[in-house]
Formats: sequence, C-alpha cells, structure tokens
Amino acid sequence: MVQIFVENKPYEVKPDQNLLDACLSLGFDLPYFCWHPALHSVGACRQCAVKQFRDENDTSGRIVMACMTPAANGVRISIDDREARAFRAGVIEWLMLNHPHDCPVCDEGGECHLQDMTVMTGHSRRRYRGAKRTFINQDLGPFVNHEMSRCIQCYRCVRFYGDYAGGGDLAAFSLRSQVYFGRHQSGVLESPFSGNLAEICPTGVFTDKSLKRHYARKWDLETAPSVCVHCALGCNTIPGARYGSLRRISNRFNGAVNGYFLCDRGRYGYEFVNSPRRLRQPLLRKGRSGPAAPVSATAALRRLREIISDSRVAGIGSPRASLEANFALRRLVGPAMFASGMSEGDWRLAQKTSRILKEGPARSVSLDEVRRADAVLVLGEDVTNFAPMLDLALRQSVRQMPVRETSGAIPPWDDKAMREAVQQRRGPLFIATPAPTSLDAIATTAWRAAPDEIARLGFMVASLLDKSAPAPAGLGSRERSIATAIAAALGEAERPLVIAGTGLGSEAVLEAAANVAWTLSAGGRTAGLCLTLPEANSMGAALMEGGPISRAVEAIESGSADTVVILENDLCRRAAPSLVENLFEKARHVIVIDSLINPTVARAGVALPAATFAESDGTFVSSEGRAQRYFKVMPPSGEVMESWRWLAAMGPAADAWRMVGEVAKDLENDLPVFSGISAAVYGAGFRISGQKIARQPRGYSGRTAMSADIGVAERQPPVDDDSPLSFSMEGFQGEPPPPLIPRYWAPGWNSVQALNKFQEEVGGPLRGGNPGRRLIEPAPGRPEQPPAPQPPFFNLPPAPFSPPAGRWLLAPLYHTFGSEELSILSPGIRQLAPAAYLALSQKDADDLGIGAGGIAELETATGFLRLPVRLAETLPSGVAGVPVCLEGLEGIVSPGEYVRIRAASRK
Amino acid sequence: METPLTANIRSGHEPSDIDAYRKNGGYRAVLKALRSMSPAEVAQAVRDAGLKGRGGAGFDAGLKWSFVPMGSDAPRPKYLAVNADEMEPGTFKDRLLMEGDPHQLIEGAILSAYAIEADVAYIFLRREYRLAARRLRQAVAGVYHSGLLGRNIIGSGYSLDIHLHVSGGRYMCGEETGMLNAIEGKRANPRSKPPYPQTSGLWGKPTVVNNVETICNVPHIVNNGAPWFRELSHTDEGGTKIYGASGRVRSPGAWELPMGTTLNELIEEHAGGMQDGYKLRGLLPGGASTDFLTPAHLDVKMDFGSVEAAGSRLGTGTIVVLDDRSCPVGMVLNLERFFARESCGWCAPCWGGLQFAVELLTDIEAGQGRMEDIDLLESLAKMLGPGHTYCALAPGAAEPLASALKFFREDFERHVHEKQCPWNRA
Ligand SMILES: Cc1cc2nc3c(=O)[nH]c(=O)nc-3n(C[C@H](O)[C@H](O)[C@H](O)COP(=O)(O)O)c2cc1C
Ligand code: SF4
Ligand code: SF4
Ligand code: SF4
Ligand code: FES
Repeated sequence: MVQIFVENKPYEVKPDQNLLDACLSLGFDLPYFCWHPALHSVGACRQCAVKQFRDENDTSGRIVMACMTPAANGVRISIDDREARAFRAGVIEWLMLNHPHDCPVCDEGGECHLQDMTVMTGHSRRRYRGAKRTFINQDLGPFVNHEMSRCIQCYRCVRFYGDYAGGGDLAAFSLRSQVYFGRHQSGVLESPFSGNLAEICPTGVFTDKSLKRHYARKWDLETAPSVCVHCALGCNTIPGARYGSLRRISNRFNGAVNGYFLCDRGRYGYEFVNSPRRLRQPLLRKGRSGPAAPVSATAALRRLREIISDSRVAGIGSPRASLEANFALRRLVGPAMFASGMSEGDWRLAQKTSRILKEGPARSVSLDEVRRADAVLVLGEDVTNFAPMLDLALRQSVRQMPVRETSGAIPPWDDKAMREAVQQRRGPLFIATPAPTSLDAIATTAWRAAPDEIARLGFMVASLLDKSAPAPAGLGSRERSIATAIAAALGEAERPLVIAGTGLGSEAVLEAAANVAWTLSAGGRTAGLCLTLPEANSMGAALMEGGPISRAVEAIESGSADTVVILENDLCRRAAPSLVENLFEKARHVIVIDSLINPTVARAGVALPAATFAESDGTFVSSEGRAQRYFKVMPPSGEVMESWRWLAAMGPAADAWRMVGEVAKDLENDLPVFSGISAAVYGAGFRISGQKIARQPRGYSGRTAMSADIGVAERQPPVDDDSPLSFSMEGFQGEPPPPLIPRYWAPGWNSVQALNKFQEEVGGPLRGGNPGRRLIEPAPGRPEQPPAPQPPFFNLPPAPFSPPAGRWLLAPLYHTFGSEELSILSPGIRQLAPAAYLALSQKDADDLGIGAGGIAELETATGFLRLPVRLAETLPSGVAGVPVCLEGLEGIVSPGEYVRIRAASRK
Repeated sequence: METPLTANIRSGHEPSDIDAYRKNGGYRAVLKALRSMSPAEVAQAVRDAGLKGRGGAGFDAGLKWSFVPMGSDAPRPKYLAVNADEMEPGTFKDRLLMEGDPHQLIEGAILSAYAIEADVAYIFLRREYRLAARRLRQAVAGVYHSGLLGRNIIGSGYSLDIHLHVSGGRYMCGEETGMLNAIEGKRANPRSKPPYPQTSGLWGKPTVVNNVETICNVPHIVNNGAPWFRELSHTDEGGTKIYGASGRVRSPGAWELPMGTTLNELIEEHAGGMQDGYKLRGLLPGGASTDFLTPAHLDVKMDFGSVEAAGSRLGTGTIVVLDDRSCPVGMVLNLERFFARESCGWCAPCWGGLQFAVELLTDIEAGQGRMEDIDLLESLAKMLGPGHTYCALAPGAAEPLASALKFFREDFERHVHEKQCPWNRA
C-alpha cells in the first residue's frame, strides 16, 4: 500500500494504479468520461483534472489528469481546488458546446453519465452562442441505435469496439470538434458484442434499439438480478420489465464471469419472453388425437392429479430449465424414472465433461481466469458462435504476455501507451477447428482438421509434455511441428489454459483436452480447463443423476411407465424423430410444461404454460460449475406458473413446497453435489432494515395510472414469496448483498457507472464477493496410481480420420444468431440468422460437381435434405459442415454422423 | 559569414544532382563517418556541437539521440523519422532546404540514422510540397544508385533504407507522435509520453524524430567539428539558423544567419524594413504558435533562450509581422481558425475550447461581441495552457491569443464598444 494525500488528508491506497482509480475507490466523486474500468486511461476528455502539489509547502500546484497520474507514495492532490473545479467546469462546457440538449427525447435520459457529470460539475448556463455541429446518423442494424449529434468525443466506443472487442467496422472519422464515430457506411455492426456500446457510451449516441421499440426510462423499469439463458457461460444480467413485458437486458457485473460486458445474443435474445408464441394458457387435448382446448389452471390441475395418481410416470427434464424445476420433476417421478432431457450423445459428452472437471487436477476456469490466461489452446470449439463471451475473454488473454513484458516501462493502466508499445504482438493462442473461426485472426496458429485429427493433435501435445501420456500413431510432420510449438508455449506459460467442449460432439476431443490440461497441472501449477456446454443449465443437468432422453422412452416402451412429463424441452430438437414418434405413440399421457409453443407442446396431451426466466426464480449451473440464482423480474401473468410450481401442484404432496428456496434445500439434501447453492443466496425471509429489496426504483411512475382502465384505487403490489425482493418501489433502495443487486444506482450516479459504488475498488469485485457458488473444484492432484477405473490419462487416441468412401462426416457449425433455441424468437436475432446451408471444401464441391450456391442433397440416417452449398475454403476434405438448429434444421443433424451427399437434380 | 546550410542553394535553379553535390564535397561526411567513426562518435560530435532542434521546441538533438537503446540487445528495427511536415503558418524554411538542396537532407539523414543505428528512415513530407517531393524522390533514387543507401553501404556493414512518406495533409501530422501514428497508417492523434519515441516509437520500436533543418546541420558538424559549429553563432546556442519574415515588410523571405541575430537586424536589414505607410505593431517570432512580441522587443536576440526570456518562443524562427493597418483581432481570429480546424479532436480543451474561442472571436470581430467575451477568451487561453491538453497544439494556439489579449486588449474592447471592426468599417 502507498499513502496519498487528498485535501491534505492521508489515505492508504493500492500501488500500481492511477489517481482516478484511487479516488473513485476511496469514494470521491470525481467526474470522468474517457476512462472506463475495463478500458483504463487514455487522457482524452480531460474531465478528471485535479490539482497536484509538490509537497505540503506548495500552494500553487498544477493541474494534472487524475487518470494519467500514478498514485505514487506521497502524492498530494486536491479535487476541491478552485482552479481544478473551474477547469472541470470548463471541460463540461466544451463537451456541451455541440450537444443538442435533447434529454427529453433521448433514450439515455435518466441513466446518462453525461447528465450526471454535468450536474456534478455544476455547469448549468450555456455561454456559447454559435451554431452546433450536427451529423447524419447511420442504420447500424437491429441492435444499436445511432444519434451522433449527442457525441462528446470521449472515444470509448471505438476503444471498446475495436481495441477491446476486436471489431473492425467502427471507427473515428474526421477531426476537430467533428469527429464522427460510426461505420464507413450504414450497415449492421459486425461484432457480436456491439450491444455493449449502449452501456459503454456515456451519452445517447449509442442506445439499445430493442428497448426503443418498447421504451421505458430506467426509473420506470422493474429490475432484478438474473442470469443469461442463451448459453452455458452464465453471464449475469439485469432484465428490465414494465407493464408485464420485458423491455431490455443490461449487464450485471460479476467480476468472475462476464465483468462489464454481455454478448449480443445474451443482450437481445430476451424478446422470446414477449413472443406471440408464448404458451399462456393450459391446453387439454380431447382423447389422444382430438383438438387441444384452453382450460383454466384449476381445471388443468384437477385433470393432472387424476392422471398422475393412476399412472406410472417417467420424466424428461431439461438443460435449459432450472435445477429446481428439474429436481421437482425428479421428485415427482422418482430418480429411476428421471431423464436429464439430453440426447444420447449430449448426455455422454456432458457426463464426460463433468467427470473430467471433477476428477482431474485441472481447474474449471471462470471467464475471468480465461481473460488472465497467458497461453491458450482451443481444441475443436468455435467459441465465438457457441459461447460468445469466451471469444471476448480470449481477446484479452492474448494481451497478457506482451503487456507483462511491457509493463515495466509503461503502467498497465495507460492504455494508449500500452497499445502503442504492444502494437500487434500477441501471446500464444492456438486454434484447431474444422471450419474457420473469427478468432483465427488473432491466433498464433489456426489449424483446420476433422474432429478426430484435432483430438490426435491434442493427444500429441499431451504426450510431448509428459512422456507417460499416450501419443497418437502416425501423426504427420506438420501436425507434429504444430504440436511441438503448442507444447512449448503452454509449457512455458504461467497460466496455461485449454479450451474444448461439446460443440463438435467428439468425446475424443474432450479426452485430448483433458490430457493436455492434466499434463500441465504438475509441479505446483494448476492448468485451466474450460469445457463449453450448450445450454444455461447443461452442467446442472449433467450433475443431476439421470440419463438421456432414451431412458424415459425405454421406460415407456418397456411398460415400466405409461405417462411422461416433459419439462421445458422440445424433444424434436434433440432426439431422433423416430424416438419422439415412439414416445408419443406409446405413452398414454404426454404432459408438457413449457413457455413457448413448439412441436413438442403442439403434440402434448396436456400443455402447461411455464414461466420464463423473467417470471421465475431458480438456479443454473454454468459450464464453469458456478451455481447462480436468478430472480423473477415480473410476476407470471394469467395462468402462467413456474415449472416447479406446476410439478409440485400436480404431485401428491401438493403443499410440500411453498417457495423456490425449499425446493433448493431438498435438492441439496438429496444430491450433495449441489450443496451450497442456497448458502450463496439469501432466503425469502432476508430483510435489510426490516425491508425487502425494491425491484422498482424510487422514481417508478404510473403505478396507479397503469390500471386506471380497471379502477383508480391503488392495487396491492403482487407479493413475492420466493425471494427477498419486492414488486414495488417500497423497500430497500441502497446497496444489497451482491447476488441481490437489482440495479446500479447511487445518489448522483444514475447511469450504469453507479456500479463503481458497489465495488470494493473500481474494477474489482462487488463488495461482498462475486455472486455464485462453484460446485466443482479440481481434484488435489493426478494420483500416481489412480483408483480404477480412472486412468491417469485417457489412453486411446483415435485413429487417423478416414471417412468411408462416398461419405462425409457432418461437423456441426454454430451461429451466434440462429443456433440457439430461445433467442431466435427475438426479431433482431432472427434478422441476423443465416438461412440453412451446407458447407463443403472447394475440392469436395468440385468432386461432387456442385458450385457455390448449388444445391446438395444429403442422405442422413433419418431422411433426405436439400441444402444450398457454401464453400468453406479450409474445411478438411471429407468433412461437411452443417449449421446447428438454424430454422429448418432443428433436430436433423447429429454431430459425428456420416452422410452421403450428391448434387441435387435440377427440378 | 559562413552559410553552410544554403551554400549549395541558388535561387531559381534546379538543385545539385548527386554528382554535382559530391563534387562540392557532398557525402564526404557519410564516407568519413562510415569509414572512420563509430555511431557513438557521430552522436558525440552532435552532442558537443549543442545542436538544438529546429522544429520548434529547441530540444538538444544529441541529447535526444542519447536516449536510444544501443548495441546488440537494442530492439530492432530502429527508425529515424525526418519531420518535413512544415505546416506551421508563416514557416517555409524547410521547404527552402528541401527544394534547394535535397542531398544535404539525405546526407544528414544517413548520418543521423547511423548515429542511432537506425535501420529505416522516413521523410515525412508536407502534402503540398510537390516540388520537394519530386526532388527528394529523385535524389533518394540517385543515392541508392550510388550505393550510399541500401544493404551494407560502402562495405561498412551498415544498412539503411530511406522512404519518402507524403502526408495526408494535416497540421497534427507534424507533431512528432502524431506523425508516428500517421506513418503507421493510424489517425494522427498524439501519443502519451512517456514512453518517448526514442524508446518506443514507430511500431513500438526506438525512433528519433528530428526536423529537416536540424538534420541538415549534421553533415557540417561531422565535417567541421563542434567548435566550428559553435563559432557560427552569435550566442552560446551553436550554428546558423534559417530565419524568415512575412507580412508587410519590403522583402519577405528566408535567410541563413548566425544564431542569435536580433529581431531588429532581421526586420530592418534582411527584410528591408516595413513597407511604406505601414508601421510595425507586433510580431510572432517563430510561426503562428508563438506569443506576440512588440516593437519594444526589437533588441531581442533570436535564439531559444533569449526569445523565451522575452516571453515568447523562437519556434521555427520565421517571423510573422503585424502592421498598424491590419486588425489584430482579425489576425488572431485567422490564426485560431487554423488551429481549431487542425485540432486532431482527441482532447476536449483543444477541440472544444478552440471552437469556442473562434466563435467568440468571430462575434467580436463582427462587432457582436460583449465585454465578458474578452474575459472568457482570456480564461480560455489560460485553460488551454501546457499540461492541460494531450499535446502542444492547444498550448501553441493559446500563445498568440493570450499575448494578443495582453498587448492589444484595447483593440478588442474597441470592437465591442464600436460594435464593428475599427479597421474594417462597414
Ligand atoms: C501541432 C504541432 C505541429 C508540429 N509540426 C511540426 C512540423 O511540421 N515540423 C517539425 O519539424 N516539427 C513540428 N512540430 C514539433 C515536433 O513535435 C517535434 O518537436 C520536432 O519535429 C522535433 O524535431 P527537432 O527536435 O529536430 O526540432 C510540431 C509540433 C506540434 C505540437
Ligand atoms: S459515441 Fe459515445 S462513446 Fe463514442 S465518442 Fe461519442 S460519446 Fe463517446
Ligand atoms: S456468452 Fe452466453 S451467457 Fe454470456 S451473454 Fe452471451 S449467451 Fe449469455
Ligand atoms: S491538444 Fe488534444 S485535440 Fe489538440 S491536437 Fe493535441 S491531442 Fe489533439
Ligand atoms: S477521464 Fe481522465 S482524461 Fe478522461
């Protein structure tokens, strides 16, 4: 620690930071614009000026920029100094010269950093009489709105978009007071992180375009802590709702997970909650094939209890449903009759993933540890499209080594100097995938190969690092030299990381990744291992004992069950059509609980409207193994209920559980792997100063008016039995414990930047720790003589890839926008989703006589499919890429399947 | 009086080609250095000469070079960047040197590059200097042809490439770190210092930036030695200086004279005095970004130390004269328009403060100003001072403004009172 003096009072602060960091962490209100805790200092806006004095006898001092001045021992500054205050007032006046002052019609209004800083600085009277510069705006696509005349030239947008997120299509143009921040021409922003511009930009230039279509001010949004449902990484979010509809998602800081940012799928996928495809009323089918008619919840439950009481019930859970919902189903049907809801292949992969992380010595890393890794090997995964925030994290990890090498000369927080010194130097990142990925551009080596060859490369790397690990036979010399380079780089690193996952559908790739990470976890070093999974609760479902979908189908087929309850699971996306067919044929009753009308719901005997994440509470376990609780933002409306409530209500012990916390407690008792998930959150009885935490801000308006068409008497706000949050503006408005933070706000800080006030130190963890409870920790070490059946390493490297003549291996290709089930119902995401296609290498396409855009006919295990062909230059021969779950391809492709392909006859 | 820098330059003539230049003793310094001097010895000669940078700031060139990491562990490649951007209003000295004797610059560049063991040198040239571009391009080709550039020059083991880089055409590209960004193909925003270019410059590698005139002095120092160089000057700042004058003087132009020649001598003798009917009211001693001086300062010796003591800066040493029949407010407005237009847009005091200043000056000049506008201008000038902005453009812009308010305040006030420009009545 070092000592600095502010207004002549001594303070202990951490060394190696700048004065702005230090002052904000100490709680001083010092205005700033261009600095951002994740982007650090560039000294552009000059808003953070303070007076620095040489020593206690220096009375004149000089103006310095706090963000550009090291907090060195003995530094003396004054924030309150007259000249410093006048200078800061001057800066705001200059920033406002051209500002349109259109707050009433600006979407940023009410959560605008520029408003806050203007008030803080005291600039209230316009002295500039001249004309303002104005700009023409651009159409940047469905996510981000552009209103350039509001710009104050702080450069945050381009620094985030280009420098931090690696985007190439947003830049600063022109000069003087006319700098234009935009694309070279109108067009959809290419980065999958573009939505962060709305939070990064301190003014109303970049705002959330999805919010604009159903706008509400921040002070009119009901908010609660939540967790993203659109992949397995578990990014923390703050959804905002009004009048029973979801209006937007914004970032919820979790230093260990997503930090300050979200991907565009996570930010804009929410609109499925408002979708016309929502199931809002129970449906009851007359007979086996009669029409399904809407009924009341009471009527549905009456019928359900009848069915359940005289059937043998099997259950199919879901990797996108909460632990609590899955567990409620497991309770209802009994452990033996419970299936996890994954396909055969997904189940095997998920089991392998959780076992590798639980039983091996490598550490399942958080996203923050990914950001800090200094050498990375990616085996098989297209992380950008599968788990997008992993891409953003890797873009930081490649900077670790060069920044470390440079940081003696330049303080790491001087971002401008650091980037100019580091230039294009990057630390090791090796990528081996079948098809090109957008991270290739920053990779040391990007290598294209079939899944088995990727696994063989991994096995080779492991065997180079540790002779006792098995080496693959007959590896080519190019592969050998790549493996040698990878082994050297990972071996030398301080924090090596291996990334693989279930995306390719290859167990061998997972094993190879485990071997590499395990060989690296020796000599006191714990290597990182990041294994991606597809859905928000895939890991939770894997940890919950169950089985693949087929387990339930077999139970029905064998007659040990005659009725099936399907929880939040569109079987048609996961299981072979024949399997689904069998189930619907053989089961006496099919009961489906889901929030959206999908093919499975459409065939159900009883369909029950489930609450989405926005209307329910529950726990997801992320791919890291982090259990995180999400809270409902708005109460479920009408007949909609949380899945676990439906399950509790239809079962025999209808009154056993009254709140979600009780389900979680029972889950912990039944399955010790989940113990601790309740300890990480606060029970429904938790109060601060006797109050619940208010979901609505103090300024929430129209509470009476919004129901004036029904009656003018103020209605009782809905009661929330499940959590310590209230559906009201009455309640605690201060700083609750981290897992319960419903929004960032502090007096004078109305924008997202109020977050500073919730952290131990700016940029650091939330006061009270990062939310979530890790359920998986590495085994203490790789035992010399491991107990059977676990070998020290996986011992069977696959044979070289050689597809049977005339057959192609189907490699799944993911799309950030389009491959995920729920987000595709958001109009913006649908707009960006590509149409179905087949990817072939040039050579294979030539051999087949199909040109780009030509039509190929695929013969799969389940039938025929015609798809337009896209050429993928570097796809290995014998591998055909098929997009996962794009519209029309749901459930069609199983990874690892061999298919025949021919040119479709012209018809 | 010796005039080493301009000895080869004859007005109205094509410059010497490489043969003629060599016949006059050209490239002798390169041969001498590469054959018999170590890089350190070349650097030491320049250091001993006390050569001060001629680009405006007057930083000791030898001292600047001494910060470059040397030897076999030094990061590579290293760079020399010759600042030939010369966009300072009223300044045309480098143009004279480049158009008049391009080989002198190239010889200086080879020597300077050798002194810091640079692998590559760039000449960053003002966009509008088409003639200089043509002549330099021709000259560089000739030097390559003669074997004094390229791989293993005259068997010395030293290799150097020189590239001519023509600017996109902005004043900011002449600021040394803005120039580095421009060469890298980035926006010409300045960089933060430290790190200084000498350790982390072009593409993060050690780089020295020097002005054309600074570089042109180097061959003569290597040939004739430091004591000779110091002798050239009237003061303790060595060498000659290319001075210039523009405005309503009888014969505007540029002249090589001993460093420390007085303002009076420059204006009265070399520029031929004021034109008939015009009286001297003030002058900018070294380009647009220096403080006004007045007739009371005519005895000031034009070197870095003396002009600074008089309250301004030597800058580029090219004088802009304000006469009594021109409006000082109009002149300042004209200057500030230039600076506001050329602000790179990085830091708010500069892009915002200068837009504000131009607006206020426009109003005052048009007779629509208010008294409080003058105070506002004064506080603006103060707030744009050194240390308050990211680079020196804004402080440079503040200098003529602040000094005009000091020396010509009554003229500003007359505009407000009379509600029109006294020099330019409707
Ligand atoms: C806005 C601005 C423009 C400048 N333009 C030039 C220029 O055109 N030529 C030049 O030599 N120096 C220019 N300079 C000064 C350079 O930053 C730098 O100090 C100089 O090139 C160093 O060379 P010297 O040490 O040989 O003088 C400029 C400085 C500023 C702040
Ligand atoms: S658009 Fe926003 S983030 Fe970008 S420079 Fe302008 S105010 Fe800053
Ligand atoms: S990376 Fe995954 S969890 Fe994070 S915001 Fe994107 S979709 Fe959601
Ligand atoms: S003072 Fe600031 S805005 Fe002006 S040129 Fe320098 S960096 Fe750019
Ligand atoms: S925050 Fe310090 S200069 Fe912008």
